[in-house]
Amino acid sequence: MTFDSNAFLIIFTGSLIAVSCGFLGVFMMLRKMSMTGDAISHAVLPGIVIGYFVSGSQRSLEVIIGAGLLGILATLMIDWLRKKARVQLDASIGITFTLLFAVGIILINLLAYKVDLDQECVLYGEIAYLPIDSWITKNGMNLGPRITWLAGLNFFFVVGFIYLLFKELILTSFDENFSSVMGIPSKGINLALMSIVSYTTVSSFESVGAILVVALLVVPPVTAFLWTKSLMPLLKLTGGLGILIALLGYYLAYWFDSSIAGMMVTVAGIFFGISVLIHSKKPIWLIGTSKSPQPFEI
Amino acid sequence: MEDFVYFFTFQDPSIAWVVLGITLLGVGSAYVGTFSFLDKKALLGDAISHAVLPGICLGFMVAGEKNPVYIVSGAFLSGAVATFMSSWLKRNTKLSEDTIIATILSVFFGFGIVLLTALQKSGNPEIAGLNSFIFGNAIGISEADLMLYGGLSLVIILVLTILLKEFRLMVFDPEYGKAIGFPMKSISFLFNVLMILAVVIGIQAIGVVLMAALLITPGAAARFWTDRLNPLLILAALFSVLSGILGTYVSFVLPQMPTGPWVVVFLSLFALISFLISPKSGIIFRYFARRKYLRKTHRDHLMKALYKAKENGKSGLTIAEIYQLYPYQKAATNHSISGLSKNNFIATNQSLISLTESGISEGMRIVRLHRLWELYLNESMNIAPDHVHDSAEKLEHLITPELEALLEKRLNYPALDPHQETIPRENHDLR
Repeated sequence: MTFDSNAFLIIFTGSLIAVSCGFLGVFMMLRKMSMTGDAISHAVLPGIVIGYFVSGSQRSLEVIIGAGLLGILATLMIDWLRKKARVQLDASIGITFTLLFAVGIILINLLAYKVDLDQECVLYGEIAYLPIDSWITKNGMNLGPRITWLAGLNFFFVVGFIYLLFKELILTSFDENFSSVMGIPSKGINLALMSIVSYTTVSSFESVGAILVVALLVVPPVTAFLWTKSLMPLLKLTGGLGILIALLGYYLAYWFDSSIAGMMVTVAGIFFGISVLIHSKKPIWLIGTSKSPQPFEI
Repeated sequence: MEDFVYFFTFQDPSIAWVVLGITLLGVGSAYVGTFSFLDKKALLGDAISHAVLPGICLGFMVAGEKNPVYIVSGAFLSGAVATFMSSWLKRNTKLSEDTIIATILSVFFGFGIVLLTALQKSGNPEIAGLNSFIFGNAIGISEADLMLYGGLSLVIILVLTILLKEFRLMVFDPEYGKAIGFPMKSISFLFNVLMILAVVIGIQAIGVVLMAALLITPGAAARFWTDRLNPLLILAALFSVLSGILGTYVSFVLPQMPTGPWVVVFLSLFALISFLISPKSGIIFRYFARRKYLRKTHRDHLMKALYKAKENGKSGLTIAEIYQLYPYQKAATNHSISGLSKNNFIATNQSLISLTESGISEGMRIVRLHRLWELYLNESMNIAPDHVHDSAEKLEHLITPELEALLEKRLNYPALDPHQETIPRENHDLR
């Protein structure tokens, strides 16, 4: 097989996104906040629309700032509903993201004359056009695909964030009360994590779409979690899975002539399925003949 | 105004149809959603609504056209597979429920996107209509579709109403239901079927992402107004129908506006209003109740301090001394003092504050309750004397006269508390 620079770029960008999402996802999973990630990835829509409206471009700093703010707003709203209004957690997540997503769609329709967006592009995304979309400086220098740069920057942020706040993240994930006693601002850490999740969502939504960001946030960590229980192997395995998913996803999508991002998630789902089959509780006939005693039946 | 009258008199049969459809869909999903909300499975509906995408695509592939029967049954089947898988994963792995739901949701949706792109590249001209299945289009539903979806909603509503008792058992106490001989497994299977059905038909009107709102929000909002199941269901249905009609109205008046998102906005508005103003559990009510209680405890503490000063032979406390007792609470202290003087419990003489005749008996009552409780904890609960103060500090505001009589009787009208202080009574010589 000859070296195909477009294929390499797509796989490289896909891996960057998958690995950074996976790293964040590990901590989200440990905090039992996987669905909050889902909520954030939907809730950034109004921020994207407003940022687009203000700046007139889909690829501006305003979009990222708007989405980041909305991500934080969603986190705060879920927290407020749960603590102040005492709505159960799953319902507060559901109410928050549906409301914000609905507001986003309404804004799209309201500003349709200026904002060339639709909910499909936020939900699906398309990574295949990545090599065409180059970042060209003012004096005409071609620096390569814009999204790759964005994904690389995001990867750098995520790894830096986890590296710098590793101890704090672990402590607040496993024992929030103890970390408060130690003087670590667990709420601040939580908000920081959520804002980096929203930033990741935003910087990847053009290429993989909101739902697929959720998939990359959740599925690789969960799959890795079925194999190991300690944190470092969990992170390494998640990273490895992310790269593998991007690689296989690209070639399978090429093979079936289909969406690359969708195929990446499908591959992740297949990995998850295999791991579950290996690691789930086995039915009795698979373990052997030593049948466990039947409980007393009436 | 003309629009308003035209819309709400339902002269236009197409408006009447849409409103009827939205009403049936809303009632059906509010019913199902309230049960799943009470069952603490609110987000399962979200997972199902994303998981139907592969089924929709497969149904389209099999039929080769936009045939609602094929698409609805495909959607139903893949929703069923997702529900089954999530409960299987829950039973057979160590993963937590929200992780499972997020995994199922995203993997199914991802696979659905693969199928959808494959379909789009196949160049079938009818593919454009598929989007209305995914993003919802309440206005675009034809009358024939409406018969199918409305009929199915009606079936959901009827089954839920007829089997209300069984579903009530499933939500609140499945073990008990099993013990008295109800087939709980079949009941929850039937419930899952109804839930998937409600999601599949609801998506047509409101879309994949927003379907969760139609399920969760009405129940969550209604929960703030009542603790009983029947009013809860009726209220949830009412919220759902009202927002459905309002949402349709907005998109009728402003045609560029989509119906589904407006329905969700109105639903959330109802929910937020409920969270704020509902009596008993609303935020505003709870804020005032808490403030009232805090003020009462502060007044009680002030009375106690004045009474203790009297016990130590002082005639009262100066304002400065009282401020010192409660540092950083000057405003609250001033409020308590003015409240107590209004009730004629304390008298202010220049800067000296002392208890009046009725104030003495009130202060005595609080001190008595405090010390009685300390003694009770010490004697009956075997708690060391130096550990009883904090609990008594809270209970002294809550003990009713009946409880007080009971305590007195149980402790046989004691004279001293564990700290060897007198338990004051009305005939006490302090007066």
